[in-house]
Amino acid sequence: MADGSKGKSTKEQKYDRQLRLWGDHGQDALENAHVCVINATATGTELLKNLVLPGKCSIKQNIKSPDISRFQIFTPDKLLDNDPEFFHRFSLVIGVQLEESTCLRLGAVLWNAGVPFLACRTYGLVGYMRLAVREHTVIESHPDNALEDLRLDQPFTELKNHVQSYNLDNMEKKHHSHTPWIIIVAKYLEKWYNEHNFQLPKNYKEKESFRELIRNGILQNENGVPEDEENFEEAIKNVNTALNPTKVRILTLEIFDGEECKNITSQTPAFWIMARAVKEFVESEGGGNLPVRGTIPDMIADSEKFINLQNVYREKAMQDALLVAKHVESLLQSVGKVHVILLFFYHSKNAAFLRVVHCRSLADEYSVESLNKDEITSCMDSPDCEMVLYLMLRSIDRFHQQHSRYPGVYNYQVEEDIGKLKLCVNSLLQEYGLNVNVKDDYIHEFCRYGASEPHTVASFLGGCAAQEAIKIITHQFVPFNNTFIYNAMSQTSATFQL
Amino acid sequence: MADGEEPEKKRRRIEELAEKMAVDSGHGDSTGDWDGRWNHVRKFLERSGPFTHPDFEPSTESLQFLLETCKILVIGAGGLGCELLKNLALSGFRNIHVVDMDTIDVSNLNRQFLFRAKDVGRPKADVAADFVNSRIPGCSVVPHFKKIQDFDETFYKQFHIIVCGLDSIVARRWMNGMLMSLLSFDDGVLDPSSIIPLIDGGTEGFKGNARVILPGMTACIDCTLELYPPQINFPMCTIASMPRLPEHCIEYVRILLWPKEEPFGDGTALDGDNPEHIQWVFHKAQERASEFSITGVTYRLTQGVVKRIIPAVASTNAVIAAACAMEVFKIASSAYIPLNNYLVFNDVDGLYTYTFEAERKENCPACSQIAQDLRFPPSAKLQEVLEYLTENASLQMKSPAITATLEGKNKTLYLQTVASIEQRTRPNLSKTLKELGLVDGQELAVADVTTPQTVLFKLRFTT
Repeated sequence: MADGSKGKSTKEQKYDRQLRLWGDHGQDALENAHVCVINATATGTELLKNLVLPGKCSIKQNIKSPDISRFQIFTPDKLLDNDPEFFHRFSLVIGVQLEESTCLRLGAVLWNAGVPFLACRTYGLVGYMRLAVREHTVIESHPDNALEDLRLDQPFTELKNHVQSYNLDNMEKKHHSHTPWIIIVAKYLEKWYNEHNFQLPKNYKEKESFRELIRNGILQNENGVPEDEENFEEAIKNVNTALNPTKVRILTLEIFDGEECKNITSQTPAFWIMARAVKEFVESEGGGNLPVRGTIPDMIADSEKFINLQNVYREKAMQDALLVAKHVESLLQSVGKVHVILLFFYHSKNAAFLRVVHCRSLADEYSVESLNKDEITSCMDSPDCEMVLYLMLRSIDRFHQQHSRYPGVYNYQVEEDIGKLKLCVNSLLQEYGLNVNVKDDYIHEFCRYGASEPHTVASFLGGCAAQEAIKIITHQFVPFNNTFIYNAMSQTSATFQL
Repeated sequence: MADGEEPEKKRRRIEELAEKMAVDSGHGDSTGDWDGRWNHVRKFLERSGPFTHPDFEPSTESLQFLLETCKILVIGAGGLGCELLKNLALSGFRNIHVVDMDTIDVSNLNRQFLFRAKDVGRPKADVAADFVNSRIPGCSVVPHFKKIQDFDETFYKQFHIIVCGLDSIVARRWMNGMLMSLLSFDDGVLDPSSIIPLIDGGTEGFKGNARVILPGMTACIDCTLELYPPQINFPMCTIASMPRLPEHCIEYVRILLWPKEEPFGDGTALDGDNPEHIQWVFHKAQERASEFSITGVTYRLTQGVVKRIIPAVASTNAVIAAACAMEVFKIASSAYIPLNNYLVFNDVDGLYTYTFEAERKENCPACSQIAQDLRFPPSAKLQEVLEYLTENASLQMKSPAITATLEGKNKTLYLQTVASIEQRTRPNLSKTLKELGLVDGQELAVADVTTPQTVLFKLRFTT
């Protein structure tokens, strides 16, 4: 981005609102991806709109550009018959309103080719999405409410030294009142340690005492009345989270334990090399901890004290990032690759938020042996759970198989089809050995739908699907895993791992 | 097939598809409806079902109601508004009005799909209406390039349902207040025919919410004011003398330096949409930042802070508008029980929705019909009352004007929004309530941008 130059390009202006979410690099990934969308139904066109808007101007404008191949709309069965490898070139294939058999065929081809597959469907007032991808890695997951990485329970040397440079007992009021709360908590923690055998305050009672300790440190005027020291109030308020023990969270440990992390080869993707490098750092220089993130929240303080404290964290983060980079380098050398991974500091900042998503194949979901029986039966303990809608979708597919049409499309069919659909439901449950009860109401309701695709539901689903597609393409934010059901009647939704 | 195709054939095919942008115009009957056009809608209007609203009766007339009679008002023709208009038009609604006071900006084009680059500068309402009317045969969208406050009850009364896609809480509250003022009571009992349902949607980045408000019956906007996150305003001392973040440096320039230096002429206000203005702020903010060794001031951040930019994408707006349109359909057709009454959506990590019933506040200033109490000692200054009105979490007024009836006459105690009156009444702020001649039980009428009607308060003296 041309910082300092006059104005911004039209493209930057146009995409400004979304660049603030996924950055220029995310935008590049989006624009360079090749996505295949099958079936421009209401749902399909909504989805397309929501992909074209953030990516390129419009289909019409692309006519003269070679990039027109980004969006292809055609019938899949012929392709599956004649040229299944056609699909291998895409970063993502989205199938909309596919018949079950086509969906499964396509799913198999894509699974084997390692291409992510997103299936979407609007059926009456029900929306359905299914994501099938062997492994999807995310470096920038942008978690909503991540805790700060302050290391107050395990201060690194530079932080200790910096805290040491303060003497709270011997400060003028204006400095005392503008000392960052992080320093305050660190100082009082030292006092606490001396009286409590170097143990952190653990339970509510101890944390209360610790807060009292800090409160007693507030300066008093000549009449013994405590002064207004907002920074101390901040310290007290933040005790709870500030004293959270620094540790590597389970999601990250699972990544470290992953097969790809253990076996680095010349084919290993960048994500896993990064993960392994971070793991090695944790096990050596990190002393059991991830690289320091390097950011601190804003807090009451004068500029100098705040900036100095911020720099202590930043410099440590940079040092740690360099160490991680060294691990990356030696890993690459060990497999005979010499690439320079740019932005490693930036990656290191995300070290705590790496995520990997594994979505099961459709084949596994549909096979009697590997169906996720537990998930289905336990959800169906509440018979109105969205799971019943999933079972109904499977049932109308079965109906379609048997009768070459969907139930209740024409008014005169509705009554009769209820009985036929019920048979399909029962045969489905029997085949999979599912001992659950599907209420008649839902069978009637699905006949009522008559395979309609109401625009409001198509639009809702098109929005959801587009964003999941963007997540897959940009590798930012975490996609769902792996079945999403939307119930427009109750305006509720659920995600199942099937 | 597709890839073996010659590029020229492919181009022509796509061109055909693109030209057919008007929804499948057929040779229907006089209404312009071709066979099967409303099939997907009919199934929900003409068939009975187990989950329908208890009042629902399948009938072929409901479709006619939707097509010919039902009148919907869409407030806002931006991210949500464009989606709403499209959804409503494609669901059979043909009598739609849309109000929006804004013109189109380049940064709208990543999601407000009824607009093209050539439309930049034109009123959103006009362009949106044109687009829908020309693409969807039979649909009539009437645009109003106006503020919602430019209309009164006679305008709003004509609609069956009102849907909001606004970007301001003040505007929402005003709309909320307007619909409350339309309610009529017979001996204290609410007349249901005076209720106009309000569907309200809001989005921010990957988060959004949709809610159904039945004025006088369910929780209203003001009932749940605390649900809205407070706006970030940095303390003045931080901005003036103790900046720590790049944002502080930018606010310093916007709030303190610009009025002092007036870089583009006397009285020229800072215009967030003027790139030259932003460039100036950006450079000055950089200077300020380097004074304090602060890093991170960028052009993008500068513009974001000055304009209070909220990130936005097409997908979230599509989802929330779809949910809102679904509710409009449910209410208009009685096909299903409407959302009761609040939906929250977030797709940062997977997709998350949460649906709950927001509760009415017993003493809600907007919808409870109960006069609010103001408790102050007679020695309290008017300034304190003013602060209470603006800072209290359930009132959150912006610039309240306070009047009282004294000695039979209506006296303005304090009014901020007109400079001459503000000057005249400012001394009252430092007078005590007693000095101003107010008595216990006195009624105070307060006007504010957050409501179209004055709010009546009863002054209760405390000892």
